[in-house]
Amino acid sequence: MTKPTIHALSRRAVLRGTGALILAFSLSGRAFAQTETGASATPLRGLPGSLDATPRLDAWIRIAPDGNATIFTGKAELGQGIRTALLQVAAEELKLPLSRLDLITADTGRTPNEGYTAASHSVQDSGTAIRNAAAQVREILIGEAARRSGVSRADLTARDGVVTGPAGLSLGYGELVSDTLLHVDAAPTSTLTDPRDFTVMDRPVPRVDIPAKVTGGAAYVQDMRLPGMVHGRIVRPPSYGARLVALDAGPVEAMPGVLKVVRDGAFLGVIAEQEWTAIKAMRWLATLARWEETAQLPDEARLPEALMALPTRDTTILDVGQPDAPAFTLDTLFSRPYLAHGSIGPSCAIAYLEGDAMTVWTHTQGVYPLRDALAGLLAMPPEKVRCIHAEGAGCYGQNGADDAGADAAMLARALPGRPVRVQWMREQEHAWEPFGPGMVARVRAALGPDGAISAWQHDVWSQSHMMRPGPPGTLLAARDKAEPFPPAPPVDLPMPEGGGDRNAVPLYVLPNARAVNHFLPEMPLRGSSMRSLGGYLNVFAIESTMDELARRAGQDPVAFRMRHLQDERAKAVITTAAERFDWKDRPKPPAGGGYGFAFARYKNLEAYCAIALEVAIDADTGRLLVTRVAAAVDTGQVVNPDGVRNQIEGGIVQATSWTLFEGVRFDRRRITSVDWAAYPILRFSRVPRAVEVHIIPRPGLPFLGAGEAAQGPMGAALGNAIRDASGQRLATLPLDASRIRHAMMDPPPLR
Amino acid sequence: MITFTVNGTRRTIAAAPDTPLLYVLRGELELNGAKFGCGLGQCGACTVLVDGEPVFSCITPVMLLDERTVRTIEGLGSADAPGPVQAAFIAEQAAQCGYCIAGMVMRAQALLERDGDPDDDAILAALEPSLCRCGTHVRIVRAVKRAARTMAGKPMAGKVEAVR
Ligand code: FES
Ligand code: FES
Repeated sequence: MTKPTIHALSRRAVLRGTGALILAFSLSGRAFAQTETGASATPLRGLPGSLDATPRLDAWIRIAPDGNATIFTGKAELGQGIRTALLQVAAEELKLPLSRLDLITADTGRTPNEGYTAASHSVQDSGTAIRNAAAQVREILIGEAARRSGVSRADLTARDGVVTGPAGLSLGYGELVSDTLLHVDAAPTSTLTDPRDFTVMDRPVPRVDIPAKVTGGAAYVQDMRLPGMVHGRIVRPPSYGARLVALDAGPVEAMPGVLKVVRDGAFLGVIAEQEWTAIKAMRWLATLARWEETAQLPDEARLPEALMALPTRDTTILDVGQPDAPAFTLDTLFSRPYLAHGSIGPSCAIAYLEGDAMTVWTHTQGVYPLRDALAGLLAMPPEKVRCIHAEGAGCYGQNGADDAGADAAMLARALPGRPVRVQWMREQEHAWEPFGPGMVARVRAALGPDGAISAWQHDVWSQSHMMRPGPPGTLLAARDKAEPFPPAPPVDLPMPEGGGDRNAVPLYVLPNARAVNHFLPEMPLRGSSMRSLGGYLNVFAIESTMDELARRAGQDPVAFRMRHLQDERAKAVITTAAERFDWKDRPKPPAGGGYGFAFARYKNLEAYCAIALEVAIDADTGRLLVTRVAAAVDTGQVVNPDGVRNQIEGGIVQATSWTLFEGVRFDRRRITSVDWAAYPILRFSRVPRAVEVHIIPRPGLPFLGAGEAAQGPMGAALGNAIRDASGQRLATLPLDASRIRHAMMDPPPLR
Repeated sequence: MITFTVNGTRRTIAAAPDTPLLYVLRGELELNGAKFGCGLGQCGACTVLVDGEPVFSCITPVMLLDERTVRTIEGLGSADAPGPVQAAFIAEQAAQCGYCIAGMVMRAQALLERDGDPDDDAILAALEPSLCRCGTHVRIVRAVKRAARTMAGKPMAGKVEAVR
């Protein structure tokens, strides 16, 4: 049998059998769908957050005889500040100073299984679990003090790790705790601290990880040095589906300092004592390998057409009233290219086979799912594989982390007893990471005689945004092996969170509206989760259309949005952003200037975010500078306001980069944007100048994730500002200098 | 044998002369600050100072450093006693993942040693070779301004204003 192609699952491949598994899954529709965090979609016990899956209190919190506490989370620090936020939550409810807490993050040997650290769910899942667990632990300790002292618990208070009461009663947590005291299941309800009494939560506590990161501390998996550690590098095929036809590795094996060349089918790696030797050996090995490639990629210049021509599985996700208008005011095709996560540090892992046990240090977003995938890949029992999270560079979704974990494990298996560190090269990360999928969204809308929206239709085309481990076939190494695993089935994440159709249902109140998700089971380029999934393009499409409709109706874009909204929290962020920007009294922009406004509630379930901004465009070059941004967010109860600001500012800058600069480049065979020259991202000269973030206080309301709230609104606000400056509606991303220059040259239509 | 000064200490290096400085710093000398980002001189994650000037250590062969002076972020201070630029980055919480930050700090250090009162354009130009994917730019610029004030003996109490 021919070796199946890795990613481009053509109809041909399905017919000749290599895609049979996929077809079987495809036919089952969304029944096999999973959630983006890997958590069960239906509650098991009705307990808060991740306590529902892991109810034992001492799985989350342990108190030592000295009264210090260790907190366990299944979530991982990805640079989003979760470590600090979770410590704040625990300190607040335990009534223990932050300095007496330690936090253990994602480790299959020690922490609860919280699936993937993804989807802006971490504070909601783990923060809620830890907050409730901590409150219950505190109450148990107070109860124990009451039992021992005979004092009524109403007369006892917990503070600074001590339970105190009348007549000088004072019992430290360390004295009160015993082996079994916390080995109980959580109760459904907890006595939570009133937000008015917070002393640690809702405070801008400085991040605990930053000092090491700015002083050269060992902060990342890339910085780990284990005794006896050696360095591995991988030689990847030149393109998806390339077949290795010849290789004489002899000369590389004979290189001084090279310990081993590892080959398993088309999986090729080198191991050397020194890192630079490993790199030289990798390069040499690459020149010795001969590959047969096929031209199987779509035409990059006609990507939207290529995507829309693929077979689809359609789901109607919204259908109200009579959305089939006799004539639409607007009918626009929006599209985005494939986008790279573009982590600044290429993916890295260290694996160590000791006897019959494999340990992998990895910056994966899901230690448990990766553990299962590696167990499958290595044919080892899962309990013999341990995955320990160690920080990497920011990932913004699934980058090469899991694949690098598999690469390291494959090499470590070939060299038992020595820890093997593998780091990808820049060109490997840029060519092989699972990209944020290219997508198309068509929005049709009609205005009624009253100037309100009378009909609305949204169609979105996208491949899967969820190809994370679990199945070994999600890993590159598993696909390259001599006996390859079948490609993993494409996962269509279901509503209400959605995948490609995330945020395709407008939050606006529309009497006649339809939205259809055209899920593409095929994957022309390798893709998976990237910040906000389909939300970025869907919000871009919806908010561009709202802006255009307002203009056609002769209404102010902010007022036009407000008249179509009922959600008070949505209205509050819009009003706040508009006021802080001084939207109503904005002066007429100078030549080349423009204003843009946009809004979304991420997933229609998480944080609300509205953005107003101003741009200055140089008409001759198309160079756009964002001169001012005012954002307003509502993330429910805030744990760390500076952390929320940091996330929103980051989202604004990252989305500016996506929107103005980015797109994966390829020819019919290969990914060609394999470095920062071919895949440019925003540099300092183009950073938005004044960025203000306003947080709407919502004490006591549930936590809402903030990490992905700004991307959609920022992209759309940029498009709307370009429309304002040029008179042209740009719908094909990226809105790069050449497209902006053309827009500025074309005579604007009558407004 | 190549000998140079790293953070004030003379070191003699065993590595082959064509080895890029980055691998000598991270390997033989076990310093974490300089990071591998691209190995191509495109991202600045590996930035260190050679005789006070920022260089991409990933593309600088160690043989070019004989008898020269190298400074890495470890040489500016420690978590307990951070130098003024490091302290300013902590005060502004100017990091998300932080992987780019050591390179940013080194570029800021070189700038501020040359120009004690840089304007916005000078700060942006000095940082232009360094990439940040998390979008921490706004805070990084604020941190550089804060460090400039500290180094000029006029430390600031509250937060600095945004970039103009
Ligand atoms: S790692 Fe040296 S410039 Fe990127
Ligand atoms: S803080 Fe993550 S790359 Fe800059």
